[in-house]
Amino acid sequence: MAEAPPDAARLASDARDRVHFEEEALGLSDQVYRVARHLAGSREEADDLVQETYARAFRSWRSYQPGTNLRAWLLRILTNLNIDRGRKAQRTPPMQGLEANDYFLYDRLSESDGGISDEDRVVERLSQDDIVSALSSVPHDFRDVIVLVDIGDFSYQDAAQILDIPIGTVMSRLHRGRRILKRELAESVLEEGE
Amino acid sequence: MMGHIDDPCAHCEEMMQPYLDHILNEEEKLEAEAHLSECDWCRRRYRFEESLRVYVRQVVTEPMPAELKLKLAALRLPLE
Repeated sequence: MAEAPPDAARLASDARDRVHFEEEALGLSDQVYRVARHLAGSREEADDLVQETYARAFRSWRSYQPGTNLRAWLLRILTNLNIDRGRKAQRTPPMQGLEANDYFLYDRLSESDGGISDEDRVVERLSQDDIVSALSSVPHDFRDVIVLVDIGDFSYQDAAQILDIPIGTVMSRLHRGRRILKRELAESVLEEGE
Repeated sequence: MMGHIDDPCAHCEEMMQPYLDHILNEEEKLEAEAHLSECDWCRRRYRFEESLRVYVRQVVTEPMPAELKLKLAALRLPLE
């Protein structure tokens, strides 16, 4: 039997690599969506963003280096698209009293519960709506880092590469962003108590 | 992390996020743990922060719509 011409062999191996890439990328879609849902402003935007990301990833699969972190590669495309979509630049909120320390949310919640002693129960005073809405109130720059690290489980290093910022900036935004999130949560508890 | 010699709880509070992120150096980690072992007030607040992180992650995680999954699969390039 005659051997397949070298071109045909190359095409076949190319097709195999591409199918493998697509399957691997699709296998990560739940994790990509989990992060996209909170990087984007709404479910609809997250839907569009994830579709655009996959369309672009499938077209440019050759630029992915096998063996590197595909999830981070996909998220890099997604965050660039999100920025291209022209999300509005937000001013960094000034450091306010509530944000100046890390313990105030616990103090606020346990106070309003008459000195409750079980820390695990205290968090449950916050509703899902409180948390989703507080997270969406955190300015983009800070929210991106919280979503990648605390929700998407990316390392500082991956988050730095995805967002194209220094690792020190990831750490400082994360620290500050978590405080802003807690401030927003404390405010929602205060409003409910009024 | 200077300037809290007189207020170990304020110092412990500053160490909370890096402690929970496992990025304190050994000396700082031991310092935080020594304080936590004798300070119930700070210990409660560390435990709360840990629970909060887990809780936030749980409640904001939404399953991906099945329809979207199908749309993504349809974006695959046709085989030549």
